[in-house]
Amino acid sequence: MIETKTLTCVACPKGCEVTVEYEGDEIIEIKGNACPQGQSYAEEEIVAPTRILPTTIRVKNGALALCPVKTTKQIPLENMFEAMEIIGSKEIEAPIKMGDILIENILDTGADIVATRDMPAKI
Amino acid sequence: MLNVKKDLVVIGGGPAGLAAAKKAYDEGIKDVMILERDFELGGILPQCIHNGFGLHHFKEELTGPEYAQRFINDVEERNIEIKLDTMVLDVTKDKKVYAMNKEEGFLEIEAKAVVLAMGCRERTAGAIGIPGTRPAGVITAGTAQRYTNIEGFVPGDEVVILGSGDIGLIMARRMKLEGADVKAVCELLPYTGGLTRNVVQCLEDYDIPLMLNHTVTAIKGEGRLEAVEISEVDENMKPIPETAKTIKADTLLLSVGLIPENELSKKADVVLDDRTGGPIVNEGRETNIEGIFACGNVLHVHDLVDWVTEESQIAGAHAAKYIKEKFEKTEKCAEIKAGENVSYVIPQKIELEAGDRKRIPLYMRVSTPLTAVDINLYADGEKLYSFSEPFAKPGEMISVPLAQKTLDDLDNVNEIKVDIIEKEGE
Amino acid sequence: MNKKYDVIIIGAGISGCAVAWKLARYNLDILLLEKEADVATGTTKANTAIMHAGYNADPNKLKGRLNVKGNEEIREVSKKLNIPYEEIGSLVVGLEGDDLSVIDELYQKGLKNNVKNMEIVDRDWLFEHEPHISRDAVKALWAPTAGVITPWEAALAMAQNAVANGAEVKLETAVEDVITEDGKVVGVKTNQGDFAADYVVNAAGLYADEIAKMVGIEKINITPRKGEYYIYDHAKDFAVNHVVFPVPTPISKGIVVTPTVENNLLIGPTSHNVESKTDLATTREGLKEVYNGAKKLYPELDLRDTIRVFAGLRAADDTEDFVIEAAENVKGFVNVAGIQSPGLASSTAIAGYTLDILRDEGLALSEKKNVIETREEPVRFYEMTNKERAKMVDQNKDYGQIICRCETVSYKEIVDAINSPVGARTVNAVKRRTRAGAGRCQGGFCGPRVVDIIAQELGIDPTQVKQEEVNSQILEYKIKELLGSKVMNNA
Repeated sequence: MIETKTLTCVACPKGCEVTVEYEGDEIIEIKGNACPQGQSYAEEEIVAPTRILPTTIRVKNGALALCPVKTTKQIPLENMFEAMEIIGSKEIEAPIKMGDILIENILDTGADIVATRDMPAKI
Repeated sequence: MLNVKKDLVVIGGGPAGLAAAKKAYDEGIKDVMILERDFELGGILPQCIHNGFGLHHFKEELTGPEYAQRFINDVEERNIEIKLDTMVLDVTKDKKVYAMNKEEGFLEIEAKAVVLAMGCRERTAGAIGIPGTRPAGVITAGTAQRYTNIEGFVPGDEVVILGSGDIGLIMARRMKLEGADVKAVCELLPYTGGLTRNVVQCLEDYDIPLMLNHTVTAIKGEGRLEAVEISEVDENMKPIPETAKTIKADTLLLSVGLIPENELSKKADVVLDDRTGGPIVNEGRETNIEGIFACGNVLHVHDLVDWVTEESQIAGAHAAKYIKEKFEKTEKCAEIKAGENVSYVIPQKIELEAGDRKRIPLYMRVSTPLTAVDINLYADGEKLYSFSEPFAKPGEMISVPLAQKTLDDLDNVNEIKVDIIEKEGE
Repeated sequence: MNKKYDVIIIGAGISGCAVAWKLARYNLDILLLEKEADVATGTTKANTAIMHAGYNADPNKLKGRLNVKGNEEIREVSKKLNIPYEEIGSLVVGLEGDDLSVIDELYQKGLKNNVKNMEIVDRDWLFEHEPHISRDAVKALWAPTAGVITPWEAALAMAQNAVANGAEVKLETAVEDVITEDGKVVGVKTNQGDFAADYVVNAAGLYADEIAKMVGIEKINITPRKGEYYIYDHAKDFAVNHVVFPVPTPISKGIVVTPTVENNLLIGPTSHNVESKTDLATTREGLKEVYNGAKKLYPELDLRDTIRVFAGLRAADDTEDFVIEAAENVKGFVNVAGIQSPGLASSTAIAGYTLDILRDEGLALSEKKNVIETREEPVRFYEMTNKERAKMVDQNKDYGQIICRCETVSYKEIVDAINSPVGARTVNAVKRRTRAGAGRCQGGFCGPRVVDIIAQELGIDPTQVKQEEVNSQILEYKIKELLGSKVMNNA
């Protein structure tokens, strides 16, 4: 069955409204994008949407109780909660530097979990 | 009592204060002091752990803490004096700043110039007078964000959110990911106030219903929140009683507006603009008080930190110029007026000698969502030029460059007006 | 039961605290019991905060006899106990179309009650002294002896002074039964154990009828009567200089517009009976009634600078009077019930009257030597000049950390509020004592910090910190624990 979906592309702040015609996993036509990034975004959104996951991880002996983290690249949207559980079960010892890899290759997605700030040890 | 003299005092160590301080330093003012009330720099950014920051300024997509860290590094590299856990109590129009902290006690600082970068506060439940009880479990979305991302607590697990501004949308996702059941985001208006990407990535991704034209009409619960009553509203935003329904909830997050925090500005006799809630400024972001500048959310509520940075660099550069040589103001001051469909324009006036300035970015917001628009600039009634945009949304600030060359070509402009008009027949 | 007290007072609202304060001057073992986590959490924290001059109280009722006395006594008492009080005077303002004869009636009633220095004033006087009052104003009753007070601070000050003079206060202690033997009171049963006493004073506010029933008294019947309010930020652009009343009608005393001692503007209350003693909800209709009523007196008012809405419940007895009397059917039980307006204004007089009743009932009263008459003034940064603040910081560094930006409240003030006698245990208790969280951002910035300080000082987890009532925890979960629990449930 041919379906049409309208998406707002988030690849850049322009926010083009992109219309996708598709059948199941097969893309038929993409319209409305101002650049190729919009095309790839739209394709991916229909077939296998991915997102960056920003969250926090518990810190041991840190200046704060939590350190903010993110995935180094987009991971499948359907993996969000499982990733959250894995991150939630861990505790990382301070000091931590922004960019430190805290969990490698989460759920075999090729994305690492990295710290997004420095977290010094508790004084 | 500690008495200090400083060239530049920056009140607020968030993205606005940091960018202004860095710029002033780079323009030759080394004697800079940043006063920050929190235990660390960054303002609101350390708790904004999501991404979407820096797309314009760094051409990269960063999280809040990462964006902040870059400026914190810049400021620390430059040995700019920073006082943390320091609360400013008073600012006078002759640029005396009074502050207090635990280590040094009471501080009196005499500055040659002051940059106001105090940010904003959230509108509260009490301020919008939601009927009902006053149980625990009703908090503003920003405070919930602080608890969740810095302090390490989740306020509750059955959540309703009032207000579809960015903070409300971001917290909807945040609470959901941390295990809460987010039942709905209610929005009084027929459109959302936040960025479109947030509606997609915070609500649609997680099947959280967005209920436009809805508001919370009663809070129920003794001790802790037990339920909220939500109702549909009519074209005049008045609740329709027959539509009232009760949602079981232990947490109500409010994302119902930000208010620029200008109590200190008022103490310094700074005049505010009713439409923005912040000071009236010229293109250098100087207020009506000579040598007092304002930038960031204290001036007007921004939605992208990238614009805060740009604006604060303007303020910092002009603060530096003011300190070095004072300003030459032009004889005529051009007022910038918000025309049809424009809520406000910043700056509200142009009155400084151009120097080697190439352009003046005008920041504005449309007052209602429009599609296929022309953004028109007029000088004393005559159209200067137009820009076209596919759409204009109140939640997304528009930046329009006013070329210096254009101003130079005109003689004695009294008023520049901006309006945003939907194109005919599209 | 271990220790036997001379007097147990049930309820630490303004009445119970005033009785405790009065009795503590004597050689007596006094126990003040309060079911909530702080004093003054009932009607005492949610009213118009007025020390009425006394012209409105019925001279034929106990209200009429005690109001003026209480109003006169507060001048001394507020100074001694450092209770914020300002004698700003009150006006009953008649507008075009009102029944202006009521103003003259109130004047006469005032004379009967011995209210001093009243005058009838005209338009010119009104426009000079209340520049923002409606141009429809015709004349007013001016009563300079009326004032505004901080009611929870009054209750707290009296409780703290009672403790300084040897009384005990037990919070979170709810009376479940009053125990009698051979027709006299012997003690009370509570959720924290039993306590023995020869005399019991029932100052239980909304629940005074339920306590009275415990000793077989049926005649007291308390109907909760709700009043709703708006409170404004320190509205500097809009000055109201006195407590301003409209002309009362047979149905309602009317919506008052008044500054508070803390420099907020308060408008309200409505007056409607409700079913439940815990129905503290504000309503759309009630708030509209408040706003419309206030706007009649001050047309320039708008809702822009409001920071909070709230409601309180008056404890109205069927007699519409104070019920302050010894029980007839049981010895040693004294009711201090039905204390609605002007209960706050009459509080010290109510305490004196109760003392007399207890004396008549046989309570031996010998004055203590070395009674502590005063309460030290609490440090209030929000009232101080920068010079004064600088001096405080030099004395103690902990004053240098400002926790509440909007009201300028220091870390030390909050810690002291928790650690003083009758100390704060909840976020609202801290707010009442220090003003932290009472300003324009309503705890948006300082809230997490106050929760943290309470947790530290009381040695509890932040998830146990309450806002006010028993089940009012502010935070329900430690992060990752909620997610963890969901995972376990789904596994």
